[in-house]
Amino acid sequence: MSDHDHHHDHDHSDLSETELRVRALETILTEKGYVEPAALDAIIQAYETKIGPHNGAQVVAKAWSDPSFKQALLDDATKAVSTLGHVSRVGDHLVAVENTPRRHNMVVCTLCSCYPWEMLGLPPVWYKASPYRSRAVKDPRGVLADFGVSLPKVTEIRVWDSTAETRFLVLPMRPEGTSGWSEQQLAELVTRDSMIGTGFPKTPKAPS
Amino acid sequence: MNGVHDMGGMDGFGKVEPEPNEPMFHTEWEGRVLAMVRAMGAAGAFNIDTSRFYRETLPPEVYLGSSYYRKWLLGLEDLLVDKGFVGADEIAAGHAMAPAKPLKRGKFTRADVERIMVRGKFARPAPAAAQFKPGDRVRAKNIHPTTHTRLPRYARGHVGVVELNHGCQVFPDSAATGAGENPQWLYTVVFDATELWGPDADPTLKISIDAFEPYLEAA
Repeated sequence: MSDHDHHHDHDHSDLSETELRVRALETILTEKGYVEPAALDAIIQAYETKIGPHNGAQVVAKAWSDPSFKQALLDDATKAVSTLGHVSRVGDHLVAVENTPRRHNMVVCTLCSCYPWEMLGLPPVWYKASPYRSRAVKDPRGVLADFGVSLPKVTEIRVWDSTAETRFLVLPMRPEGTSGWSEQQLAELVTRDSMIGTGFPKTPKAPS
Repeated sequence: MNGVHDMGGMDGFGKVEPEPNEPMFHTEWEGRVLAMVRAMGAAGAFNIDTSRFYRETLPPEVYLGSSYYRKWLLGLEDLLVDKGFVGADEIAAGHAMAPAKPLKRGKFTRADVERIMVRGKFARPAPAAAQFKPGDRVRAKNIHPTTHTRLPRYARGHVGVVELNHGCQVFPDSAATGAGENPQWLYTVVFDATELWGPDADPTLKISIDAFEPYLEAA
Protein backbone atom coordinates (compact mmCIF):
# COMPACT_ATOMS: atom_id res chain seq x y z
CA MET A 1 0.00 0.00 0.00
CA SER A 2 1.67 3.18 -1.08
CA ASP A 3 -1.17 5.68 -1.32
CA HIS A 4 0.92 8.24 0.49
CA ASP A 5 3.43 8.16 -2.32
CA HIS A 6 0.97 8.07 -5.17
CA HIS A 7 -2.14 10.01 -4.28
CA HIS A 8 -2.18 11.61 -7.71
CA ASP A 9 -2.25 8.20 -9.40
CA HIS A 10 -5.10 7.24 -7.14
CA ASP A 11 -7.05 10.29 -8.28
CA HIS A 12 -6.82 9.10 -11.85
CA SER A 13 -7.73 5.47 -11.17
CA ASP A 14 -11.19 6.43 -9.92
CA LEU A 15 -11.71 9.19 -12.43
CA SER A 16 -14.31 7.66 -14.69
CA GLU A 17 -16.61 6.38 -11.97
CA THR A 18 -16.29 9.69 -10.16
CA GLU A 19 -16.87 11.67 -13.30
CA LEU A 20 -20.10 9.78 -13.94
CA ARG A 21 -21.29 10.50 -10.42
CA VAL A 22 -20.45 14.17 -10.76
CA ARG A 23 -22.37 14.45 -14.01
CA ALA A 24 -25.32 12.59 -12.54
CA LEU A 25 -25.48 14.89 -9.55
CA GLU A 26 -25.25 18.02 -11.69
CA THR A 27 -28.05 16.69 -13.90
CA ILE A 28 -30.25 16.13 -10.86
CA LEU A 29 -29.54 19.54 -9.34
CA THR A 30 -30.27 21.19 -12.69
CA GLU A 31 -33.45 19.23 -13.38
CA LYS A 32 -34.76 20.02 -9.92
CA GLY A 33 -34.13 23.70 -10.50
CA TYR A 34 -31.61 24.13 -7.69
CA VAL A 35 -28.76 25.48 -9.80
CA GLU A 36 -28.23 27.05 -13.18
CA PRO A 37 -25.39 25.22 -15.00
CA ALA A 38 -24.17 28.57 -16.34
CA ALA A 39 -23.84 29.73 -12.74
CA LEU A 40 -21.58 26.76 -12.00
CA ASP A 41 -19.47 27.71 -15.04
CA ALA A 42 -19.27 31.24 -13.69
CA ILE A 43 -18.15 30.06 -10.24
CA ILE A 44 -15.33 28.03 -11.78
CA GLN A 45 -14.33 30.93 -13.99
CA ALA A 46 -14.31 33.29 -11.02
CA TYR A 47 -12.02 30.98 -9.07
CA GLU A 48 -9.75 30.63 -12.08
CA THR A 49 -9.44 34.35 -12.70
CA LYS A 50 -10.24 36.39 -9.59
CA ILE A 51 -8.39 34.71 -6.79
CA GLY A 52 -4.83 33.55 -6.55
CA PRO A 53 -1.51 34.22 -4.87
CA HIS A 54 -1.09 37.42 -6.87
CA ASN A 55 -3.55 39.02 -4.42
CA GLY A 56 -1.50 38.06 -1.39
CA ALA A 57 1.71 39.06 -3.16
CA GLN A 58 0.39 42.59 -3.67
CA VAL A 59 -0.45 42.86 0.01
CA VAL A 60 2.99 41.60 1.06
CA ALA A 61 4.79 43.91 -1.38
CA LYS A 62 2.84 46.88 -0.07
CA ALA A 63 3.66 45.95 3.51
CA TRP A 64 7.35 45.77 2.57
CA SER A 65 7.17 49.21 0.96
CA ASP A 66 4.91 51.14 3.28
CA PRO A 67 5.56 50.94 7.04
CA SER A 68 2.20 52.43 7.98
CA PHE A 69 0.37 49.89 5.80
CA LYS A 70 2.45 47.13 7.36
CA GLN A 71 1.45 48.23 10.84
CA ALA A 72 -2.19 48.47 9.79
CA LEU A 73 -1.96 44.98 8.27
CA LEU A 74 -0.54 43.49 11.46
CA ASP A 75 -3.12 45.34 13.57
CA ASP A 76 -6.17 44.35 11.50
CA ALA A 77 -5.48 42.54 8.25
CA THR A 78 -9.11 42.45 7.13
CA LYS A 79 -9.43 46.20 7.45
CA ALA A 80 -6.04 46.92 5.90
CA VAL A 81 -6.64 44.67 2.90
CA SER A 82 -10.11 46.08 2.35
CA THR A 83 -8.54 49.52 1.75
CA LEU A 84 -6.77 48.11 -1.34
CA GLY A 85 -9.31 48.26 -4.10
CA HIS A 86 -7.25 46.21 -6.52
CA VAL A 87 -7.16 42.96 -4.58
CA SER A 88 -10.05 40.57 -4.23
CA ARG A 89 -12.46 41.48 -1.49
CA VAL A 90 -12.08 39.64 1.78
CA GLY A 91 -14.64 39.12 4.45
CA ASP A 92 -13.79 39.18 8.11
CA HIS A 93 -11.22 37.28 10.05
CA LEU A 94 -7.94 37.68 8.18
CA VAL A 95 -4.85 37.79 10.40
CA ALA A 96 -1.35 38.59 9.08
CA VAL A 97 1.60 37.12 10.97
CA GLU A 98 5.08 38.48 10.52
CA ASN A 99 8.26 36.50 10.01
CA THR A 100 11.31 37.99 11.69
CA PRO A 101 14.92 36.83 12.07
CA ARG A 102 13.83 35.27 15.36
CA ARG A 103 10.48 33.79 14.43
CA HIS A 104 9.12 31.85 11.46
CA ASN A 105 5.37 31.33 11.01
CA MET A 106 3.72 28.44 9.23
CA VAL A 107 0.02 27.84 8.59
CA VAL A 108 -1.89 24.55 8.48
CA CYS A 109 -5.41 23.21 8.84
CA THR A 110 -5.11 19.84 10.55
CA LEU A 111 -8.88 19.22 10.52
CA CYS A 112 -9.69 19.98 6.89
CA SER A 113 -8.30 22.51 4.42
CA CYS A 114 -8.92 26.05 5.73
CA TYR A 115 -6.83 28.51 3.74
CA PRO A 116 -7.04 32.22 2.86
CA TRP A 117 -8.68 31.70 -0.56
CA GLU A 118 -9.11 35.41 -1.29
CA MET A 119 -5.41 36.03 -0.72
CA LEU A 120 -3.83 32.82 -2.06
CA GLY A 121 -6.41 31.15 -4.30
CA LEU A 122 -7.50 27.53 -3.81
CA PRO A 123 -5.06 25.49 -1.76
CA PRO A 124 -2.63 23.12 -3.48
CA VAL A 125 -3.14 19.37 -3.09
CA TRP A 126 -0.27 18.98 -0.62
CA TYR A 127 -1.86 21.52 1.75
CA LYS A 128 -5.06 19.44 1.87
CA ALA A 129 -3.35 16.04 2.03
CA SER A 130 -2.59 13.88 5.06
CA PRO A 131 1.23 14.22 5.15
CA TYR A 132 1.17 18.00 5.63
CA ARG A 133 -1.89 18.09 7.88
CA SER A 134 -0.51 15.38 10.18
CA ARG A 135 3.11 16.54 10.47
CA ALA A 136 3.01 20.34 10.37
CA VAL A 137 2.05 20.68 14.04
CA LYS A 138 4.56 18.12 15.32
CA ASP A 139 7.53 18.18 12.97
CA PRO A 140 7.48 21.43 11.02
CA ARG A 141 11.24 21.33 10.44
CA GLY A 142 10.81 17.93 8.82
CA VAL A 143 8.01 19.32 6.67
CA LEU A 144 10.17 22.28 5.67
CA ALA A 145 12.91 19.85 4.68
CA ASP A 146 10.43 18.25 2.26
CA PHE A 147 10.24 21.69 0.64
CA GLY A 148 14.01 22.00 0.60
CA VAL A 149 13.82 24.71 3.24
CA SER A 150 15.80 24.89 6.47
CA LEU A 151 15.86 27.41 9.30
CA PRO A 152 18.53 28.15 11.87
CA LYS A 153 18.24 25.79 14.86
CA VAL A 154 17.50 28.70 17.19
CA THR A 155 14.69 30.22 15.13
CA GLU A 156 11.37 29.94 16.92
CA ILE A 157 8.75 28.24 14.80
CA ARG A 158 5.13 29.12 15.28
CA VAL A 159 2.56 26.90 13.62
CA TRP A 160 -0.95 28.32 13.29
CA ASP A 161 -3.59 25.58 13.08
CA SER A 162 -6.60 27.14 11.31
CA THR A 163 -9.25 25.46 13.43
CA ALA A 164 -11.91 28.19 13.13
CA GLU A 165 -12.86 30.78 10.49
CA THR A 166 -9.79 32.94 11.14
CA ARG A 167 -7.47 32.84 8.13
CA PHE A 168 -3.75 33.44 8.39
CA LEU A 169 -1.42 35.11 5.93
CA VAL A 170 2.32 34.91 6.57
CA LEU A 171 4.18 38.15 5.96
CA PRO A 172 7.61 36.91 4.90
CA MET A 173 10.82 38.90 5.43
CA ARG A 174 11.73 41.28 2.64
CA PRO A 175 14.68 39.88 0.69
CA GLU A 176 17.93 41.77 0.95
CA GLY A 177 19.14 43.59 -2.12
CA THR A 178 15.72 45.04 -2.95
CA SER A 179 16.24 48.57 -1.73
CA GLY A 180 14.40 51.03 -3.94
CA TRP A 181 12.35 48.36 -5.69
CA SER A 182 8.79 49.20 -6.68
CA GLU A 183 5.83 47.35 -5.19
CA GLN A 184 5.30 45.65 -8.51
CA GLN A 185 8.89 44.42 -8.65
CA LEU A 186 8.69 43.24 -5.05
CA ALA A 187 5.41 41.40 -5.65
CA GLU A 188 7.14 39.24 -8.23
CA LEU A 189 9.43 37.88 -5.52
CA VAL A 190 6.55 36.81 -3.28
CA THR A 191 5.73 33.13 -3.69
CA ARG A 192 2.58 31.36 -2.55
CA ASP A 193 4.59 29.11 -0.25
CA SER A 194 6.30 32.09 1.37
CA MET A 195 2.83 33.28 2.44
CA ILE A 196 1.98 29.84 3.90
CA GLY A 197 5.34 29.60 5.64
CA THR A 198 6.66 26.61 3.72
CA GLY A 199 9.04 28.67 1.62
CA PHE A 200 10.85 31.96 1.28
CA PRO A 201 10.42 34.76 -1.25
CA LYS A 202 12.54 34.48 -4.37
CA THR A 203 16.07 35.84 -4.23
CA PRO A 204 16.41 39.01 -6.27
CA LYS A 205 18.58 38.89 -9.34
CA ALA A 206 21.51 41.26 -9.37
CA PRO A 207 20.43 44.65 -10.69
CA SER A 208 21.16 45.04 -14.37
CA MET B 1 -16.02 13.23 16.48
CA ASN B 2 -12.74 11.39 16.88
CA GLY B 3 -12.38 10.77 13.15
CA VAL B 4 -9.43 10.24 10.84
CA HIS B 5 -9.85 13.80 9.60
CA ASP B 6 -8.41 14.97 12.94
CA MET B 7 -4.89 14.01 11.94
CA GLY B 8 -2.65 16.58 13.63
CA GLY B 9 0.33 14.71 15.10
CA MET B 10 -0.31 11.37 13.40
CA ASP B 11 2.66 9.55 11.92
CA GLY B 12 3.10 7.41 8.84
CA PHE B 13 1.57 9.47 6.05
CA GLY B 14 4.92 10.02 4.40
CA LYS B 15 6.54 13.02 2.84
CA VAL B 16 4.85 16.20 1.70
CA GLU B 17 4.97 16.22 -2.07
CA PRO B 18 4.64 19.67 -3.62
CA GLU B 19 3.69 19.58 -7.30
CA PRO B 20 5.49 22.19 -9.42
CA ASN B 21 3.14 24.40 -11.43
CA GLU B 22 0.10 22.66 -10.02
CA PRO B 23 -3.11 23.43 -11.92
CA MET B 24 -6.12 24.76 -10.03
CA PHE B 25 -8.06 21.62 -10.94
CA HIS B 26 -6.53 18.32 -12.02
CA THR B 27 -9.66 17.24 -13.87
CA GLU B 28 -12.70 19.09 -15.11
CA TRP B 29 -15.04 17.36 -12.64
CA GLU B 30 -13.15 18.78 -9.64
CA GLY B 31 -14.28 22.26 -10.61
CA ARG B 32 -17.88 21.07 -11.05
CA VAL B 33 -17.86 19.56 -7.55
CA LEU B 34 -16.45 22.72 -5.99
CA ALA B 35 -19.06 24.80 -7.82
CA MET B 36 -21.96 22.55 -6.78
CA VAL B 37 -20.91 22.63 -3.12
CA ARG B 38 -20.55 26.41 -3.17
CA ALA B 39 -23.84 26.91 -5.04
CA MET B 40 -25.95 24.62 -2.89
CA GLY B 41 -24.47 26.09 0.28
CA ALA B 42 -25.13 29.63 -0.92
CA ALA B 43 -28.69 28.67 -1.88
CA GLY B 44 -29.27 27.66 1.73
CA ALA B 45 -29.24 23.86 1.53
CA PHE B 46 -26.61 23.66 4.28
CA ASN B 47 -23.97 25.69 6.15
CA ILE B 48 -20.21 25.26 5.96
CA ASP B 49 -20.00 23.42 9.27
CA THR B 50 -22.55 20.83 8.20
CA SER B 51 -20.72 20.24 4.94
CA ARG B 52 -17.46 19.71 6.87
CA PHE B 53 -19.20 17.26 9.19
CA TYR B 54 -20.46 15.20 6.25
CA ARG B 55 -16.93 14.83 4.91
CA GLU B 56 -15.69 13.84 8.37
CA THR B 57 -18.32 11.14 8.69
CA LEU B 58 -17.28 9.36 5.53
CA PRO B 59 -16.00 5.90 6.54
CA PRO B 60 -12.31 6.21 7.52
CA GLU B 61 -11.10 4.01 4.68
CA VAL B 62 -13.09 6.11 2.20
CA TYR B 63 -11.83 9.36 3.71
CA LEU B 64 -8.19 8.29 3.53
CA GLY B 65 -8.53 6.58 0.15
CA SER B 66 -10.31 9.36 -1.71
CA SER B 67 -8.94 12.44 -3.39
CA TYR B 68 -9.90 15.80 -1.92
CA TYR B 69 -12.71 16.63 -4.34
CA ARG B 70 -14.02 13.07 -4.30
CA LYS B 71 -14.53 13.52 -0.56
CA TRP B 72 -16.41 16.72 -1.35
CA LEU B 73 -18.60 14.85 -3.84
CA LEU B 74 -19.40 11.97 -1.50
CA GLY B 75 -20.12 14.33 1.39
CA LEU B 76 -22.36 16.46 -0.82
CA GLU B 77 -24.37 13.46 -2.03
CA ASP B 78 -24.95 12.20 1.53
CA LEU B 79 -25.84 15.67 2.76
CA LEU B 80 -28.34 16.41 0.01
CA VAL B 81 -30.01 13.03 0.50
CA ASP B 82 -30.21 13.41 4.30
CA LYS B 83 -31.65 16.92 4.00
CA GLY B 84 -34.23 15.77 1.48
CA PHE B 85 -33.04 17.80 -1.49
CA VAL B 86 -32.14 14.74 -3.55
CA GLY B 87 -33.32 11.12 -3.33
CA ALA B 88 -30.93 8.20 -3.09
CA ASP B 89 -32.98 6.72 -5.93
CA GLU B 90 -32.29 9.83 -8.01
CA ILE B 91 -28.55 9.53 -7.39
CA ALA B 92 -28.73 5.89 -8.48
CA ALA B 93 -30.78 6.75 -11.56
CA GLY B 94 -28.78 9.83 -12.50
CA HIS B 95 -31.79 12.08 -13.01
CA ALA B 96 -34.55 13.80 -11.07
CA MET B 97 -37.59 11.69 -10.17
CA ALA B 98 -39.35 13.71 -7.50
CA PRO B 99 -40.36 17.34 -6.99
CA ALA B 100 -37.76 19.76 -5.67
CA LYS B 101 -37.62 20.83 -2.03
CA PRO B 102 -37.64 24.63 -1.70
CA LEU B 103 -34.25 26.19 -1.01
CA LYS B 104 -33.98 28.88 1.66
CA ARG B 105 -32.50 31.40 -0.78
CA GLY B 106 -33.95 29.99 -3.97
CA LYS B 107 -32.33 28.74 -7.13
CA PHE B 108 -28.63 29.58 -7.49
CA THR B 109 -28.15 31.69 -10.60
CA ARG B 110 -25.39 33.68 -12.24
CA ALA B 111 -26.48 36.74 -10.32
CA ASP B 112 -25.47 34.98 -7.10
CA VAL B 113 -21.89 34.27 -8.13
CA GLU B 114 -20.39 37.57 -7.12
CA ARG B 115 -21.62 37.40 -3.55
CA ILE B 116 -20.02 34.01 -2.94
CA MET B 117 -16.63 35.33 -3.99
CA VAL B 118 -16.60 37.45 -0.86
CA ARG B 119 -15.84 35.55 2.29
CA GLY B 120 -18.72 35.09 4.70
CA LYS B 121 -18.91 36.84 8.03
CA PHE B 122 -18.97 34.73 11.16
CA ALA B 123 -18.82 37.45 13.84
CA ARG B 124 -21.96 37.75 15.98
CA PRO B 125 -23.06 39.92 18.92
CA ALA B 126 -21.79 38.56 22.22
CA PRO B 127 -24.43 37.00 24.47
CA ALA B 128 -22.11 37.37 27.49
CA ALA B 129 -18.75 38.87 28.49
CA ALA B 130 -15.59 37.01 27.50
CA GLN B 131 -14.37 34.64 30.18
CA PHE B 132 -10.71 34.85 29.15
CA LYS B 133 -8.27 37.53 28.03
CA PRO B 134 -4.88 37.49 26.34
CA GLY B 135 -2.22 36.21 28.74
CA ASP B 136 -4.57 33.86 30.62
CA ARG B 137 -3.50 30.25 31.08
CA VAL B 138 -6.17 27.87 29.88
CA ARG B 139 -6.58 24.14 29.50
CA ALA B 140 -8.26 22.65 26.47
CA LYS B 141 -10.96 20.46 27.94
CA ASN B 142 -10.69 16.71 27.71
CA ILE B 143 -13.90 16.30 25.73
CA HIS B 144 -14.79 13.82 23.00
CA PRO B 145 -18.04 14.87 21.33
CA THR B 146 -19.26 12.36 18.76
CA THR B 147 -20.60 15.19 16.62
CA HIS B 148 -18.70 17.96 14.83
CA THR B 149 -16.08 19.87 16.80
CA ARG B 150 -13.13 22.08 15.90
CA LEU B 151 -11.08 21.21 18.97
CA PRO B 152 -8.33 18.94 17.64
CA ARG B 153 -7.53 15.86 19.70
CA TYR B 154 -3.85 16.73 20.05
CA ALA B 155 -4.71 19.81 22.13
CA ARG B 156 -7.23 18.22 24.50
CA GLY B 157 -6.16 18.15 28.13
CA HIS B 158 -3.20 20.46 27.49
CA VAL B 159 -2.42 23.88 28.92
CA GLY B 160 -1.73 26.90 26.76
CA VAL B 161 -1.89 30.67 26.87
CA VAL B 162 -4.55 32.89 25.31
CA GLU B 163 -2.89 35.16 22.75
CA LEU B 164 -5.71 36.75 20.75
CA ASN B 165 -9.40 37.33 21.27
CA HIS B 166 -11.20 37.18 17.91
CA GLY B 167 -14.57 38.23 19.25
CA CYS B 168 -17.75 36.24 19.29
CA GLN B 169 -18.42 33.94 16.33
CA VAL B 170 -20.74 31.23 15.07
CA PHE B 171 -20.06 28.04 17.06
CA PRO B 172 -19.41 25.24 14.55
CA ASP B 173 -20.28 22.49 17.04
CA SER B 174 -23.84 23.84 17.17
CA ALA B 175 -24.20 25.05 13.61
CA ALA B 176 -23.11 21.70 12.16
CA THR B 177 -25.97 19.82 13.79
CA GLY B 178 -28.63 22.37 12.92
CA ALA B 179 -28.79 23.56 16.54
CA GLY B 180 -28.32 27.20 15.56
CA GLU B 181 -25.39 29.57 15.57
CA ASN B 182 -24.99 29.68 19.36
CA PRO B 183 -22.21 32.34 19.15
CA GLN B 184 -19.17 31.86 21.38
CA TRP B 185 -15.97 33.77 22.09
CA LEU B 186 -13.06 32.65 19.98
CA TYR B 187 -9.42 32.81 21.07
CA THR B 188 -6.03 31.93 19.64
CA VAL B 189 -4.42 29.70 22.27
CA VAL B 190 -0.70 28.92 22.08
CA PHE B 191 0.91 25.72 23.31
CA ASP B 192 4.56 24.82 23.73
CA ALA B 193 5.43 21.80 21.62
CA THR B 194 6.79 20.10 24.76
CA GLU B 195 3.36 20.46 26.39
CA LEU B 196 1.70 18.72 23.45
CA TRP B 197 4.32 16.21 22.35
CA GLY B 198 6.45 15.61 25.43
CA PRO B 199 10.01 16.36 26.51
CA ASP B 200 11.59 15.25 23.25
CA ALA B 201 9.66 17.79 21.20
CA ASP B 202 11.35 20.66 19.37
CA PRO B 203 11.99 23.29 22.07
CA THR B 204 11.77 26.11 19.52
CA LEU B 205 8.26 25.12 18.42
CA LYS B 206 4.94 26.61 19.50
CA ILE B 207 1.57 25.63 18.08
CA SER B 208 -1.63 27.60 18.25
CA ILE B 209 -5.23 26.65 17.69
CA ASP B 210 -8.29 28.86 17.47
CA ALA B 211 -10.45 27.67 20.33
CA PHE B 212 -14.03 28.56 21.16
CA GLU B 213 -14.72 29.36 24.80
CA PRO B 214 -16.66 26.13 25.51
CA TYR B 215 -13.47 24.21 24.64
CA LEU B 216 -11.50 25.91 27.42
CA GLU B 217 -11.24 26.05 31.20
CA ALA B 218 -9.02 28.21 33.41
CA ALA B 219 -5.69 26.60 34.29
